[in-house]
Amino acid sequence: MKLHGVRVPHKKNTADSQPVKMAVPSTVSIPMSMHIGKPAKAIVKRGDTVKVGQLIGEADGFVSSNIHSSVSGKVLKVDEMTASNGSKVSCVVIESDGKQELSEEIAPPKISDFESFVAAVKYSGVVGLGGAGFPSFVKLSVKDLSKVEAVVINAAECEPYITSDTRTMIDKSKYVFKGIEALKKYMGVKRFVIGIENNKREAIHKMQELSDQTEGVEVHILPSVYPQGGEKVLVFNTMNRIIPKGGLPLDVGVIVINVTTLSFIAEYLENGIPLIEKCVTVDGSAVKEPKNVIVPIGTSIEDLLEGAGGLKTEPAKVLYGGPMMGIAVPSLKEPVLKNTNAIIAMDAKEAKLPKTTPCIGCGECTNHCPFRLDPREIARAYRLNSGEDLQKLCVDLCMECGCCSFVCPANRPLVQTNKLAKIKLREYLAAQKAGQEKEGK
Amino acid sequence: MNKLISSVSPHISGKRTTQTIMLDVIIALLPAAIASVIIFGLRSLLVIGVCIAVCVLSEFLFEKLCQRDNTVPDLSAVVTGLLLAFNLPVSIPLWQAAFGSIVAIIVVKQLFGGIGQNFANPAITARIIMMTAFSGTMTAWTAPVTADTVSSATPLAAAAKGEIASMPSYLTLLLGNHGGCLGETCALALLLGGIYLLAKRIISWHTPVAFIATVALMSLICGKDVLYQLMAGGLLLGAFFMATDYATTPSTKWGKIIFGIGCGLITVLIRFWGNLPEGVSFSILLMNLLTPYIAKMTRNKPLVGGAK
Repeated sequence: MKLHGVRVPHKKNTADSQPVKMAVPSTVSIPMSMHIGKPAKAIVKRGDTVKVGQLIGEADGFVSSNIHSSVSGKVLKVDEMTASNGSKVSCVVIESDGKQELSEEIAPPKISDFESFVAAVKYSGVVGLGGAGFPSFVKLSVKDLSKVEAVVINAAECEPYITSDTRTMIDKSKYVFKGIEALKKYMGVKRFVIGIENNKREAIHKMQELSDQTEGVEVHILPSVYPQGGEKVLVFNTMNRIIPKGGLPLDVGVIVINVTTLSFIAEYLENGIPLIEKCVTVDGSAVKEPKNVIVPIGTSIEDLLEGAGGLKTEPAKVLYGGPMMGIAVPSLKEPVLKNTNAIIAMDAKEAKLPKTTPCIGCGECTNHCPFRLDPREIARAYRLNSGEDLQKLCVDLCMECGCCSFVCPANRPLVQTNKLAKIKLREYLAAQKAGQEKEGK
Repeated sequence: MNKLISSVSPHISGKRTTQTIMLDVIIALLPAAIASVIIFGLRSLLVIGVCIAVCVLSEFLFEKLCQRDNTVPDLSAVVTGLLLAFNLPVSIPLWQAAFGSIVAIIVVKQLFGGIGQNFANPAITARIIMMTAFSGTMTAWTAPVTADTVSSATPLAAAAKGEIASMPSYLTLLLGNHGGCLGETCALALLLGGIYLLAKRIISWHTPVAFIATVALMSLICGKDVLYQLMAGGLLLGAFFMATDYATTPSTKWGKIIFGIGCGLITVLIRFWGNLPEGVSFSILLMNLLTPYIAKMTRNKPLVGGAK
């Protein structure tokens, strides 16, 4: 069996661009929610002085994450802002003093066993840096370590444009393997599979060179068929296991971790500097010179674009992430987040929305869906308001990878309908549950 | 600062549109169109022109009347016109060709909701209606311009009647230099077009291969001349261009295979035991009617993995 996908343009213009550190911006806005889960609680207030790496937001609840200051300076305000998904989130705005003084709190963590390892990962504030933003320590908090047969390192980087993971593998290959050693030591994992798309020759070469010297590590070269980096797709293509619907990789004995996340963890163990800066690919048709830059988290997109060499033309659409799954930002004031791996600025031509025409029933959508869903039927069930049909059609499996919309010759907004259908299914299931409970009483 | 566009991902799309697909189908039909002019003379061009013009005009006017979006630019009406013309004898009165085109576009396509919504192939259904309405002119087979006779039987009719003397050779069948509908005779041109569509991935191999293989196998079992059955009549035109229509056929691989086998069986039934010499059109129409059921049976199964 083979999982389907689509061949998207690569546009890896920045693969050879070694990341450059950008000048620290005058202010940064750090939202308290840059991860999946409960927002962190801000523990600084207006007027406080903060230093680089100082804890400013404390994880609130189990699935949450710590947040640290990315600059040294003064807290201007702790304000509410609208996140790009429309929700309101508390945000700490810091005026930088330009000195980038390190906080006294910073020291390499002392680690003796699995518990202290997970605690260190938790403190560092690291989340899934491939884009998902799921707190990494939650993923690593495995109750029964014997269940973990292998760790799959996600280095597919299947989205067009983005090369920040590629650069990690080239520039920080040492840390990727130090990360592997740490997981070996503290979690007892014996098998590691690094999944890389075949369009990254230099990165593959580096990883292979090091894996030859390390026991239990294999480099799995994947064809460049999007969405190779989707968690379930990657686990199937590297381990030949299907993660059940609603389940986690751990259900099939696997932990999936992004390559940059892993390398960050290793770096943190060495120097104790929490997650405060990100390597971001700046590209797109409106950008003057595509490149990779390292910026403090909270830098506004405006400052980032300026610092990366400026724009050729007024952007018509700007994305967090790649063009297949990225989020179109409402304004350039939005900050760079922990899980931002690219900012793509598109000119009017690239951003032009294609005209939607009637469905011609070609079936390309269902025949390219990695999970073999049928977006046409889902759209029909959604229109008919049938929660029952949506449940049968398994719309909740949809990871919104965008293959269906990409291949649709009628340019129908299939991902959009799937998203709405998922909400409808959730409502239907909740109503059903409520009904059952009522009957039970 | 301009307002930024906010839209749901993905933010890029593939190059293929309905229009480019239809354009590819038109390109694939061109060799057969050129062959028809060479074989049957310039009147063939006139029939093709009338069919396309009337199809496009009907689509435009009907959509205008119903205040629907104009779908003429997607070129699907041009494809319908071409295919209908290919299914007519070259001597067809032009008003009858025009009538058929109106039926195809308005009755079969637009009344059911327009492109993508029709359940039967417009060109085939219109042809069948015309065969009933104008049975005389629809079966008046003109001989090729190179022949010294005026009228000629189709190869399948000759075979059905056992007139071995008037059965053309394989080479004649391949080149299409014999009586028949204007676009169906030249097997070589149709194969070229079919290969183009396969290479461009506009169609997949499943339907044509299942269709043609079924006819070949059944011909073999029934002791007929296999190659003759494949090249004579409308099989290649039907298998590559009509049984692969998106809206009226299943879209999954098994659905396509079942559809193709069904078409092949019905074609053979009509050819060998029916009253008519040819059954490709009816087989596709009948299978069109079964498409929703086949599609439901063969829908892709979501990959839910093991029980959780």
